[in-house]
Amino acid sequence: MPPKVGVYVCHCGINIAHTVAVQDVARAAAGLPDVAVARDYIYVCSDPGQQSIQDDIKELGLNRVVVASCSPRMHELTFRRVIQEAGLNPYYLQIANIREQCSWVHSERGSATEKAKEVVAAAVSRARLLEPLEEREVQVTRAALVVGGGIAGLQAALDIADAGYIAYVVEKESTVGGKVAQLGLTFPTLDDAGTLLGEISERVEQHPNIEVFTNSELVDAEGFIGNFQVKVHRHPRHSDKGAHSDNAEDLAPAESVLELGVGTVIVATGFDVFDASLKPEFGYSVYDNVITALEFEQLSSPSGPTGGEIKIDGRTPEDVVFIHCVGSRDRNLGNPYCSRICCMYTAKQAHIVREKLPEARITVFYIDVRAFGKGFEEFYDQVREERVRYRRGNPSEIYRRGDRLVVRAEDTLLGKPIEVEADLVVLAAGIVPREDAGQVAGPLKLSRSEDGFFMELHPKLRPVDTTTDGVYLAGCCQGPKDITDTIAQAKAAASSALIPLSLGRVRVESVTCAIDPLLCSGCGLCAEACVYGALALDGRTGLMTANQVVCKGCGACATACPSGAIVVKHFTPDQILAEVEAAI
Amino acid sequence: METDQTILERCDLWGCIQCGKCTGGCPLSFKTTLNVRRLIYEALVEGDVNPDGMEELWDCTTCGTCVLRCPKEVEPVDVIVALRTELVDGGIIPPTIRDALTSVFRYGNPSLMQPEERADWAEGLGVKSISDGADVLYFVGCIPSYDDRVQKVAKALVKAFHKAEVDFGILGVEEKCCCNEVRRVGEEGLFEYVVEEQQELFSSCNVEHIVTTSPHCFNTFTNEYEGLDIKVQHYTQFVAELIDNGKLAFTGELNKVVTYHDPCFLGKQNAVYDEPRKILQSIPGVEFREMDRTRDRSLCCEGGGGRMWGEGTNPEERLATSRFEEVLSVGADIMAVACPFCLLTFDLAAKAGGYDEKVQVTDIIELVAEVI
Repeated sequence: MPPKVGVYVCHCGINIAHTVAVQDVARAAAGLPDVAVARDYIYVCSDPGQQSIQDDIKELGLNRVVVASCSPRMHELTFRRVIQEAGLNPYYLQIANIREQCSWVHSERGSATEKAKEVVAAAVSRARLLEPLEEREVQVTRAALVVGGGIAGLQAALDIADAGYIAYVVEKESTVGGKVAQLGLTFPTLDDAGTLLGEISERVEQHPNIEVFTNSELVDAEGFIGNFQVKVHRHPRHSDKGAHSDNAEDLAPAESVLELGVGTVIVATGFDVFDASLKPEFGYSVYDNVITALEFEQLSSPSGPTGGEIKIDGRTPEDVVFIHCVGSRDRNLGNPYCSRICCMYTAKQAHIVREKLPEARITVFYIDVRAFGKGFEEFYDQVREERVRYRRGNPSEIYRRGDRLVVRAEDTLLGKPIEVEADLVVLAAGIVPREDAGQVAGPLKLSRSEDGFFMELHPKLRPVDTTTDGVYLAGCCQGPKDITDTIAQAKAAASSALIPLSLGRVRVESVTCAIDPLLCSGCGLCAEACVYGALALDGRTGLMTANQVVCKGCGACATACPSGAIVVKHFTPDQILAEVEAAI
Repeated sequence: METDQTILERCDLWGCIQCGKCTGGCPLSFKTTLNVRRLIYEALVEGDVNPDGMEELWDCTTCGTCVLRCPKEVEPVDVIVALRTELVDGGIIPPTIRDALTSVFRYGNPSLMQPEERADWAEGLGVKSISDGADVLYFVGCIPSYDDRVQKVAKALVKAFHKAEVDFGILGVEEKCCCNEVRRVGEEGLFEYVVEEQQELFSSCNVEHIVTTSPHCFNTFTNEYEGLDIKVQHYTQFVAELIDNGKLAFTGELNKVVTYHDPCFLGKQNAVYDEPRKILQSIPGVEFREMDRTRDRSLCCEGGGGRMWGEGTNPEERLATSRFEEVLSVGADIMAVACPFCLLTFDLAAKAGGYDEKVQVTDIIELVAEVI
């Protein structure tokens, strides 16, 4: 059947139309070979926009569709579904990116319009040569890997397990619980963190569908959504319960590598506390009575060194100073973000000091108080009314005077420099990405945002997905958050990870490589180029074979093949050359 | 600098969140009405600041603590310098500072000294001219060239260079003020004029490596001489290397307790903290003790930013006085410095406060010269 192309030029509101004369682009497209219809529309991705494509397919008998709009990363899948619903093979679609690669990066309307016309002409030229591809599905391994046994990982594992699937939890430390295990009371409800964690970890312990590997690290991951093969390095002294272990070696106290097959992966590796000695003006690690908030948790804990009494060198402090934003909101340090928890944990700790030391003078230095969560502002009110003095201004220096500390600041509301003497200073050290985040990012091919935390696929619409299909994020590894938000995100990640597990099948890439047996010499160069391990030599025929499930269609093999025996479907030389020729 | 622009346009201030770390850390904030955080706020909300009548603008020592502490990469000191520029352009300037600027313009030094006498201190020391060719240009600086007390520092450094067989030369009578302070009192035009002259001088003498006495010269050469493609070191960096690679050996001992005061332009502004300590600790016999306020938390001597030429609105209270209390509290016999300004301000304060009998103020290189 000769090609019959429909072209749809999107205004994207004013995103494209502001810079590109979209009507001119549509008019130019109408004159291209085999183009049966060319339209422009304010939002082609909207319902009426989609409808007009489907109507044209039916009424005009279109068999190729070009959408000139945003990046294919945004809506290629949307439009594939649109044409599929109208009876076309989804691979008869070609996206011409005239937003990210045209209107957003140019300002001169005339030349931007000319460029858009050329981008569309190239897309049409390629669309005429597109071929139908088969959509394929594979079975899913019905288990999930959870990397990190903090409260996020444990909650995610519980939800997976409660839904009836296996969850493997890999924890680097010798015990689960993460940072929450180091906390006393939580804000703003003053629940005991140990009790909260205990509720979750006890259920994890007893759950028949959960297997926990402590002293263990993810070292390698291969495969794709539905079928990952992961390698877990197990250090000696592990103390897992081995409920599902059918491998006796798991219990051996030696170094070992465990291989697991899973359908989905949840990353919940947590965070590091900011190293307060990087703010040398506060004298942390110089003065014993300048401590971090996490150290205060230990100091005020009934199981801590003072039995929960707030004492420094055996003495009860009369003046306690808290300092907000240590290592957060700090461009100098490359930590420009707000750590989101410090305002409230400081309020909680000030409350604890007041409870234990009714006579102490308590000062909290703040820049802005961010009490945005449920019950937060009310708790902040309560703490102030407990005679905690909030002073606006971030201290600039701490030094010694006699046997006391002096906190030097400007009270910015008074507009005056001040010195506040203190016996104990608590630094609200912020949340930073884990130093070893790269060890997990590497095998799972996770992207990281500028702040160093793992990057979600979309900040609003896909907050727990990652650029790797089948890998999801939970907790502070994605960015600072409190326990409430961590649990919510863990449950969201579990829910996303459960979708492929419960479907039991996932769609796999149709754009894969194809080997022409008449041209292949079996030299194996393609296998060296393939990072997915999709190519292998068939000993019987002496030719290379491609695993169509493992292949990602990246094209490295096609480039490596000296005899031109490999073609990547949907990106054939003819198609690419046609696109190039139309563009130049 | 375009002075028809507002302060807000000239200084990049929109990042400021008014946290107060600048004024909170300002070593002078307790003794002046100058509040740079408030000036920034005024610029942000009013669009501009009128410096007329703000005598306290001349109090700032440009120590750079405000810049170091700011978490938002705002440079508060720029506001003060920009406001000084407006005053200078309008001719409103303390007479002593005006005289210093005129002197730099006429004589190449701020002290009304004759240019032809600039190298008199080096007579008989066997110091050659850089124009005869040398590996290192020793950039002496104005105060070490002319001031009786600080000339001893230059001479001590020459002794160390000779001892370590360093091939060095000086610019002699050709040397001119680096203009670090000129820029800080707001005379941007004079700064640019001298920079151009100085750069031509450096290139005509094929200078490849400069070592300075003063952290102030070191700072402006390193950070503000645009396009200067020459290795620049403060002498403490250079001497620490000489000691490290065995070229400078000690022959005597100094059985004293020594502490060290970090100069702002060396420490806070250029993060050179370790080399001065390394030198002191390598002197045989020296017991080195740190004061409480050291390194990033060091105090300012009040000698920078033009304060050598103007005493500010509150000359009665000196930060240097409280510094001596700290020196005494660690039991030090000697307070070592590494900056001509620090040396002079502490010397003066020691005499005024009666500390000169208990504490010896000296430059690091003078201690070194005693034991080589």
